[in-house]
Amino acid sequence: MPETEVNPTISKSTGLPRKRFYRARAHSNPLSDSHFPVPISPSHVDHSLHYPQYFPSSGQADSCKRIQFADIGCGFGGLLLSLSTLFPETLMIGMELRDKVTEYVKERILALRAANPGQYQNISVVRTNSMKYIPNYFEKGQLSKMFFLFPDPHFKEKNHRRRVISPHLLDEYAYALQVGGIIYTITDVEELGDWMKSCLENHPLFEALSKEELEADPVVQLLSSATEEGQKVARNEGQTFQAVFRRIASSDQTS
Amino acid sequence: MEDGETNKDVEVAPALIAVQPNQRSVAVAVGADLRVFNLHAGSAASLVDESGSSFHKDFIRAIRFGAKGKLFVSSGDDKIVKIWSVEYWRCICTVSSEKRVTAVAISNDGSYVCFADKFGVVWVVDLTGYDGNQPLVNKKATPLLSHYCSIITSLEFSLDGQFIVSADRDFKIRVTVFPSNPINGAHEIQSFCLGHTEFVSCVAFVQAQDYPHGLLISGSGDSTVRLWDIVSGALLDTCEVATKAGLLESNNDKSEERDHAVTDLCTILDGLLIAVAIQSFQGIVLLKCNPATRTLSVSKLVSIEGGAFVPTSLGNGASTGILWMVTGVSNLPGSSCPSFARVRAISGFDVEQEPTVVEHDKIPGGEQLLENLQGSASVDDAVFLAAAEAVKTAMCNLLIKKQYPAENRESKKRTRNDKKFKL
Repeated sequence: MPETEVNPTISKSTGLPRKRFYRARAHSNPLSDSHFPVPISPSHVDHSLHYPQYFPSSGQADSCKRIQFADIGCGFGGLLLSLSTLFPETLMIGMELRDKVTEYVKERILALRAANPGQYQNISVVRTNSMKYIPNYFEKGQLSKMFFLFPDPHFKEKNHRRRVISPHLLDEYAYALQVGGIIYTITDVEELGDWMKSCLENHPLFEALSKEELEADPVVQLLSSATEEGQKVARNEGQTFQAVFRRIASSDQTS
Repeated sequence: MEDGETNKDVEVAPALIAVQPNQRSVAVAVGADLRVFNLHAGSAASLVDESGSSFHKDFIRAIRFGAKGKLFVSSGDDKIVKIWSVEYWRCICTVSSEKRVTAVAISNDGSYVCFADKFGVVWVVDLTGYDGNQPLVNKKATPLLSHYCSIITSLEFSLDGQFIVSADRDFKIRVTVFPSNPINGAHEIQSFCLGHTEFVSCVAFVQAQDYPHGLLISGSGDSTVRLWDIVSGALLDTCEVATKAGLLESNNDKSEERDHAVTDLCTILDGLLIAVAIQSFQGIVLLKCNPATRTLSVSKLVSIEGGAFVPTSLGNGASTGILWMVTGVSNLPGSSCPSFARVRAISGFDVEQEPTVVEHDKIPGGEQLLENLQGSASVDDAVFLAAAEAVKTAMCNLLIKKQYPAENRESKKRTRNDKKFKL
């Protein structure tokens, strides 16, 4: 009887998890105390849990591979899947605050790995509050790309400090990014788009990419097309606003 | 909801002490009271505040002398930062903060005053070019850096002034390059020092060859003191002070660990020794830092006989060999005396001698100092123990995340008012 294997949360036709069993609230409070486990420091992150093919046994720190891309607020993981095949040798991680959504992405990656042997081994997801715990996951200058796609707009001025892009949090993102690393942001809310752009423009450690560089970067195309949110905006023929900036070295010389 | 109520009951502030670098004066803060004794003149200093307000209106949470001993800063729950010129104890500047202030620091050259608020933002007040005569009016603070929504417990400049170090309740120590123009913010993070497994309560720098910035030491609610290289953020050594001092069995559980939280650290004789105050210990633990091997070790325990003295704050006048200690609390629920403090000192840290607790009549400044800084009320030993307990509870409530058991969490979810029930 195949009935023992039937799991209602997994689609029979595709073998992928079904989104309707992972419904979550659209918002999560980033200010509240977190009660999920957080690694004490980046060296405590167990890579073997996330990338078993690259890190066969736990505690094996000698592998030179490090996570290079971080999708902050990865949602249902659409971008990660696209990036996974575009950069098959790069380790990347999605960070998501909502527990159920993280579970969905986890199942989705496992299902894809099972269906496509050898593929999707370089992506994983973790439930965490990236506004608080970026330094617990990444060493200084470890990342080459960070993604902030369709973040919560937090319209009220009182709640602006909950926005994932803010002048002070950019300091931490600049810490995690290597010089030359790129930060990608996109939103369908014009007000938030302006905010993210002005935060980045006013930050001394970031500079905007030129038009030519944007056109030459294959990732830029994915920002609006790869994610579930982006596809929703496209369906509704909405506008998107993106800001793509490069981490530059500090010019301040403190003697 | 019983959590919230007990919380309010023990909202108390520990007594604080600060010593001027050349030990000309000693300041003690208890509740909203700021008391200063001028050792040079042998009398209490009278504080002058021309802004007309009555000094502080709520608990003082942070006091600090500048490295040159010319400036003094006090601040706390009344969201007012007062900068004093020490020479005549005149308040030269009053800055308001949006939130309650938890820590203060003065840049080594005295040009900038930094303070941290309960939302994790560090602010900077620019005093460059100030000659120390006229009071400054309408000074505003600008944001320097931020720990995302985490209470900052301690702020410290590196010995060469190049970095500002901020520690928080989320086990984290951030080392930030202090820029040449901090008014535009400090954006370049040098490192994070990660390794503590509870809130970080205090940090200090030790002089060491080959480390122009100094080596960083930190005390924490996990009952350890740790040694760090701030350039890389590397953890160099961990000293389990409570275990080493025999206060704690080594295979302990977490709740017991918190009983022995490190409350304050103070370097003596430029870091030759480090005095550590632990919440459960009537006395201090002396640590030795060996810069060559980059290790910390327990050197000695100095217990304070009689008088139930658990220090709430430590102070030391840089080059002098006297460690000042205070114990006390702003107000104790159920006690007749509103606020009280006791001051003791330990001397004899020089190589040859044994550190000993100074008798009351031998303390610099003598009876007059004690009368001035402690207040005249005579307080029973039992009350001091109760005070130490109250301080401990207040600190835990403030800095440790509340853990709700599973069933409690479910009931909270059920009574959530933003949830629409389907009938």
